[in-house]
Amino acid sequence: MKTNLKKGSSENGQPPRWAQVFLAWYCRPSLLEDLEGDLNEYFDRNLRKKGARYARLVYMIDVLKFFRPYTVRKPDFLNLWIHYLMIGSYIRTSRRSLVRNKLFSFINIIGLAVSMSVGLLVIAFLADLYAYDDFQEKKDRTYRIITHQQATGQNGIDVASTSIKVGRKLGETIPGVEDFTIMRSGFSGDARIGQNAFPLEALWADQSFFKVFTFPLVTGDPGSALKEPYSLVLTEKTAKKLFADADPMGQTVRFDTINYVVTGIAKDVPHLSHLRFDALISFASADATLGKTDEYLYTWDNVWNNYVYLTLPKGETPEDAQRALDRLNTEENKAMIGQQVTVSLQPLKDVALGNHLSNNIGAATSPLVVWVLIGLAFVIILSACFNYTNLSIARALRRSREVGMRKIMGARKSHVLGQFMAESVMIALLALLISFGLYLFLRKEFLALSPEISELVSLDLSLQSILGFVALATLTGLAAGFLPAVFLSRINAVSVMKDASGLKLFKHIGLRKTLIVLQYTLSLAFIATTMIGYGQYKGLLNFDLGFSTQNVLNIKLRGADPAVLIKELEELKEVTGISQSMMVTSVGASYGALMKYKPGDSAIVWQNRVDEHYLSVHKHNLVSGSNFLLRPSKENESEVIVNQQVLKRFNIAGQDPQKALGQFVTVDGQKLSIIGVLKDFHYGTLENKIEPVVFRYSKSQPNGYLNLKIVSQDPAATMAKIERLWKSFDKVHPLEARFYNNQIEKVYSRYSTMVKVIGFVAVLAICIASLGLLGMVVFTTETRLNEISIRKVLGASEIELVYLLCKGFLALLGIGALIALPVTYLFFDKIVLTRFAYHQPIGISELFSGVLLVMMLALLLIGSQTAKAARNNPARVLKSK
Amino acid sequence: MKGTNLGEFEELVLLTIAALVQDAYSVAICDELEKHTGRVSKLGVVHTVLNRLEEKGLVKSRMGEATSARGGKRKRYYEVTQAGKIGLIRAKEVRDGLWNIIPGFNIETA
Repeated sequence: MKTNLKKGSSENGQPPRWAQVFLAWYCRPSLLEDLEGDLNEYFDRNLRKKGARYARLVYMIDVLKFFRPYTVRKPDFLNLWIHYLMIGSYIRTSRRSLVRNKLFSFINIIGLAVSMSVGLLVIAFLADLYAYDDFQEKKDRTYRIITHQQATGQNGIDVASTSIKVGRKLGETIPGVEDFTIMRSGFSGDARIGQNAFPLEALWADQSFFKVFTFPLVTGDPGSALKEPYSLVLTEKTAKKLFADADPMGQTVRFDTINYVVTGIAKDVPHLSHLRFDALISFASADATLGKTDEYLYTWDNVWNNYVYLTLPKGETPEDAQRALDRLNTEENKAMIGQQVTVSLQPLKDVALGNHLSNNIGAATSPLVVWVLIGLAFVIILSACFNYTNLSIARALRRSREVGMRKIMGARKSHVLGQFMAESVMIALLALLISFGLYLFLRKEFLALSPEISELVSLDLSLQSILGFVALATLTGLAAGFLPAVFLSRINAVSVMKDASGLKLFKHIGLRKTLIVLQYTLSLAFIATTMIGYGQYKGLLNFDLGFSTQNVLNIKLRGADPAVLIKELEELKEVTGISQSMMVTSVGASYGALMKYKPGDSAIVWQNRVDEHYLSVHKHNLVSGSNFLLRPSKENESEVIVNQQVLKRFNIAGQDPQKALGQFVTVDGQKLSIIGVLKDFHYGTLENKIEPVVFRYSKSQPNGYLNLKIVSQDPAATMAKIERLWKSFDKVHPLEARFYNNQIEKVYSRYSTMVKVIGFVAVLAICIASLGLLGMVVFTTETRLNEISIRKVLGASEIELVYLLCKGFLALLGIGALIALPVTYLFFDKIVLTRFAYHQPIGISELFSGVLLVMMLALLLIGSQTAKAARNNPARVLKSK
Repeated sequence: MKGTNLGEFEELVLLTIAALVQDAYSVAICDELEKHTGRVSKLGVVHTVLNRLEEKGLVKSRMGEATSARGGKRKRYYEVTQAGKIGLIRAKEVRDGLWNIIPGFNIETA
């Protein structure tokens, strides 16, 4: 209590400042004084009796409690009217001031424009995401059924797909559903029309598809187009590709041995649709083909490829339907062993911008991405606002006489406040024009950044986005202009007219310094993030995977036995090795197999099926044993090559690679003997730990890959040769060949996109911070010109003067670096890089190189301006005063 | 209708103002009420009532002199007007009239 009282004598002995201000703001002038007095009296009482903390608390509560109809002042329409009358004058003086201080206007407008262009981009991006599926007439009452699959003892998975059974049950048992449609993804084949063949992917969809969704048909009957088995609906684009200008209606398209009849042509799917398709095949065809041979298709736990959407009648809430689904869940899960499958409803409007679901049928963006983008834009715009605030307060001297004059002529504090807020909003709107131009350029670059982005959004202008732009500019203006307006409105008219130099210009120097430090902290953090991110990304690409991907070209096969092709390829002198494999490792794909060693112990291991050349082409290292010795057909498979993790997981022969040779393991029911032990390598991506992997022998992989080792001076010519060979080998499918290193690059492309985005933001942040710094340095040297001249006359050298002017700014930058670097380091070390099981250590050079660059730039700015001031002829400066 | 009816709390406040004579300002009124009724009177409630009484014309107020206490803010002193006095007397008469017609009133039996 005693310490409380002691403290109370200084800071805490006063009522909270904001509460006082708030009271003065809302309370009627006629009631204000004695109310303030009463509260003060109670405050003093409480201070004596119960201490400062209690007294302040009670004061705050009382101020809030007195906010009542009889105490609140009426809105002052007269003031609004005066503001309206004065707008012309405000605009005129703002314009003059803008033209007079060209450098500062330039810094402000360019800074705001550049930063807002990022904001515009984010707004357009968001507007697109929220406009997803808006063309669906029943968007607000369409729901998707999503599924949570929980295998006992494992992490559950949330998927956007569900089982066909749910769809069937919807019709039978669940009341209050207007329409529903069942779809299935994964139809893919060669569409043959006469002699021509085109690869085509399609969705199976049942006849209610066009009732639930608004995808208008150009020709054909929406009610029956997808009713009969083997009906096919094409989009206009697909129809054009398949039939050129001929009328496709009623034509036959053959896939394998089955003929499908075209029963409708749909308009092309709009860009902002989460559901996209080139062609639809009636679900009855799936029943007639897949369903005939595979009963599993219709089971409750087959939830991986099927999608169910439903619409509710107008005005219905989804609760009833969800309750019915809950009942269905309980009933069906009774029969499930080892897993639980629960379905629930997801509104269509949450699909495009919802939480992460696997098996999404179309584009979906995680809210995290959106928040990160908003955060980046916010930080950049804030930085530009800081510039405005800083420079305007610093330049307040120039406007103080104007304010003094206005006040003497009868302007109130609120009028001046309004004037300067209006001015900053006007400047922000002016900046918006430039910003829009920048945005048009930025949009192109952003869309080109990665194919996923241009897939996802179109960034076309819409009413919403334009309203958003104007709102952003207005808000930015208000935020930037607030502090300067408050500062200027407080100017005392009489003292400023008598002697303008009496204005306490440096009173807010602490605030300005803080803003500069903050700006530089942000810029430095961004640049360090970019540098570290780039270093880590390069590290991912060049990581030693445990085998060689150098000059390996992977060619995707499309079902034909490649023996002929291999023979022809071997003739090329650039091709030094050819192997076959089921899949390409290290690029994110994985194929599991069930492995047993001792009875009762089984586990999933990852597998690849390869031929005898695979190990040499990829330079895999064997710890012991040898490559496959036998060349059996699939049924007589007897050998397996395992990695060290397999020995560890199953504790085979005490993990001794030599002794493990000849041991028998069972993989997917095949009894195989270990012929070789591989050194551990990265089967998955670097985000995952190395797990047990087996290589099994396979003579030929018609649906897998050819791996070509290429030694060539002219890769383009080699590719052309390979392409020629491919064309005569497979006439339907275009050649799909990628260099292994490029495939790996693609896996981590989202990181490269991230680094690019953050790098761009870093450049902007640095530009804006540099502009702000330039402004402050110019202002400081200008105001200290007399001082500098006198010092020079008294014998100070130019170097000394430059040092004198610089040191304050250098200290600020130093503080910025001291905050930014450790924070960035910890952010990467503790948060970002923990996502990667394997990564390189953070390089000190990466951390410091960017910072050094920014510092050099700042030094150059400060140095050039201060040197200019220091070189001035003191006689001339002092004479003109 | 407004000026004619007095609520119970209003009557108490009015009486307190009358009792305090020259010193009737909000905080003093609160304290005095607390002393006599034994109930904690909140400043906010008293303020509202004072405001309403003034609206009804039962009290009038003037600002006092500024002193160093209360952070230099002046006090608002209240005074019962003629209408207020009439209101108080009428209220008392109503009560007295009722008391008079009670034949015998023994507190022990209650």
